[in-house]
Amino acid sequence: MIEANIKVNEQRKKIHPHKFTLWVALGSIVMMFAGLTSAYIVKRDQPNWTTFSIPRAFWYSTATILVSSVTIQMALKAFKEREMMRYRNLVTLTAVLGVAFVVFQYLGFKTIWNSGVTLKGSGGGQFLYIIAGLHAAHVLGGIIALIVMFIKAFASKVRRYNSIPIELMATYWHFVDLLWIYLFIFFIGIK
Amino acid sequence: MSNEATLHGHAATSHGAEVHHDEHGHHHKETFITKYVFSQDHKMIAKQFLITGMIWAILGGLMSVLFRLQLGYPDAHFPILEDLLGSKWAKGGQIQPEFYYALVTMHGTVLVFFVLTGGLSGTFANFLIPLQLGARDMASPFLNMLSYWFFWLASVVMLSSLFIETGPASGGWTSYPPLSALGDASEGSKTGMDLWIISMALFVVSSLLGGLNYISTILNLRTKGMSMTRMPLTIWALLFTAILGVLSFPVLLSGFILLLFDRHGGTSFYLSDIFIASTNKALPNEGGSAILYQHLFWFLGHPEVYIIILPAMGLVSEVMSVNARKPIFGYMAMVGSMFAIAILAFLVWAHHMFVTGLNPFLGSVFVLLTLLIAVPSAIKVFNWLTTLWKGNIRFTPAMLFAIGFVSMFISGGLTGIFLGNSTLDIQLHDTMFVIAHFHIVMGVSGILGMFAGIYHWYPKMYGRYMNNTLAYIHFWVTLIGAYLIFWPMHYEGLAGMPRRYLDTSGWLSFNQFGGLNRMISTVAMVVFAVQLLFVFNFFYSIFKGRKVITQNPWGATTLEWTAPIRPGHGNWPGEIPEVHRWAYDYAKDGRDFIPQTEPLGSNESAH
Repeated sequence: MIEANIKVNEQRKKIHPHKFTLWVALGSIVMMFAGLTSAYIVKRDQPNWTTFSIPRAFWYSTATILVSSVTIQMALKAFKEREMMRYRNLVTLTAVLGVAFVVFQYLGFKTIWNSGVTLKGSGGGQFLYIIAGLHAAHVLGGIIALIVMFIKAFASKVRRYNSIPIELMATYWHFVDLLWIYLFIFFIGIK
Repeated sequence: MSNEATLHGHAATSHGAEVHHDEHGHHHKETFITKYVFSQDHKMIAKQFLITGMIWAILGGLMSVLFRLQLGYPDAHFPILEDLLGSKWAKGGQIQPEFYYALVTMHGTVLVFFVLTGGLSGTFANFLIPLQLGARDMASPFLNMLSYWFFWLASVVMLSSLFIETGPASGGWTSYPPLSALGDASEGSKTGMDLWIISMALFVVSSLLGGLNYISTILNLRTKGMSMTRMPLTIWALLFTAILGVLSFPVLLSGFILLLFDRHGGTSFYLSDIFIASTNKALPNEGGSAILYQHLFWFLGHPEVYIIILPAMGLVSEVMSVNARKPIFGYMAMVGSMFAIAILAFLVWAHHMFVTGLNPFLGSVFVLLTLLIAVPSAIKVFNWLTTLWKGNIRFTPAMLFAIGFVSMFISGGLTGIFLGNSTLDIQLHDTMFVIAHFHIVMGVSGILGMFAGIYHWYPKMYGRYMNNTLAYIHFWVTLIGAYLIFWPMHYEGLAGMPRRYLDTSGWLSFNQFGGLNRMISTVAMVVFAVQLLFVFNFFYSIFKGRKVITQNPWGATTLEWTAPIRPGHGNWPGEIPEVHRWAYDYAKDGRDFIPQTEPLGSNESAH
């Protein structure tokens, strides 16, 4: 009887509630981008659709965010092994790569804008500004969260062994990475 | 109190290693600010949602009284209106067209979102989920607090839009472009519309934060023994509601973002080939599609009506079982039908768009899917009626409202079958028939369900009872009044009388409804007055109501009645109760009821 109870509780302990909340939140963000990309697809079949060419900066930004996913994963590993110096460096590197990603996105936008695709109209370019812009906002949110987590981890003298915040952070970071890969392929494939 | 503290209840039952499990809530000092304002206690947050929702309900109701005044008495002059509202909105004591549209728009927005979504889900999800599941608090009390304060901010922005010079948004609660996208198109499409979008964006954030919390609390923080199939139906309903909200509100937000860019960025997602008469100007926008907005809007808009009605269904199921002293009939069928409704909610949005030039084949698919909703709805109605059947019914105010809900839900559901047919919709679209349908099935049903919940759980919320006599007056006037208001609108709609029109007296064929319209308006005022009686009863009883002296006044099986009469933060002073049976053991083995906490007897098998 007691054994059975322990089993039930272990099962329920499988996922931390905050992690679960994050997964539901990610589902919610997915719905937002699903809404926008389906609007893009619907709109594409209508008259006056315009396209744009993918700027080189987007390839750089893609590479940057892919690398940042690796660094945050290494940061998580370092934290779990209590190698705090390495953890500190990797988190800083991840944040810097995140900023670099946003800068590359901005440069990409600028290239497209200079090629004559402004906010006037309702073609692929205008959708790109909004969809990729919202994505960049989510990356910025991630960077802010990263900084807050970082400061909190070193603000107190008490040693923290709780890896939940950094695990949450890593999940979110991989998510915005994957989201961008999806969007990038979407913009390349569906013109 | 940190987020981790809420896990204690759980941790305490699962491993004894976390010894700090009894330092929650009642040990730390609470100031006025942390207790009543920036509270992280789910019960206080529930009350904040409830009272904010009630303020909105009064304002939204008052708006309907004002425009009913116009519809009932289009030629009359009410000088007092000019005194109160100024000569811009009520010149010569008559409601001006711009003001009328603003009233209709704000009435819809306020009631749908701020009362029946924020007020209803916000109150009961917050109050009941931890109490009925045996949790100390929500998965994240901090996010929960943020959820209320985003709701509050949304409320402030929306309220402020009532006081600006050009008036609040007035393009209808759906805010269809191009009207909503062009400031030159109408007064209400200027700053009022921007404030509307900002307020709604804040509201979406509030709903998402709340919804995330509700889902992860229900799935992760149930007490020992509380398997999913032992949960009360209220919790199931709130779970499905939260899932619908989390999946559909972001899509609405996408639609609003595109709308904002059309308004201020010069894009033309929704705009094409437009000439504005007021400025005598042709717009350069080309290639946009107003229908795109409607798809994005109704992809939320349709699930939204279930976001409103599902919590009411859950509350009613619980109140009905307790007061019929019988187990709910067909528990698993109730859960299954709510699941079916939640799935279908996402597959029927285009039935709001039958007359937009939608492909007729696509239309017939949506007709089929729409009519399918009748199946789970009918199952639920059948189960409520069979729960009442041969029950030992106690006609408490909550029970009366629950029965009233079922009556309204049947009446309004039947007209849904009319409107779900794309051919009939050609005649009925945008008529008073639609108004009658959704007010009965969603508006009145939703609010009756909410009243059932308030009267039933009031003793748990405030440790006092509401006055029964006032409650009975409130119930009967509301129920009869609601039928008197909305039933005749079916006839007007069948005759073709359009909704949202300021004055239909220009059509000779609608003059026959003059008397009917006056009757509807008069009843609307009486019903509104009775709601004020309820508000009085509510606030008076907080301070002067009869005190609750027994822990379980209704003889209910669920966990919230095992907590102290006035539970502190953390809900149970000692260990969290353990659950051994489902929530509906009424009239079993010769006993009136068996609480969920009672272990199974030797002659019982697990449910």
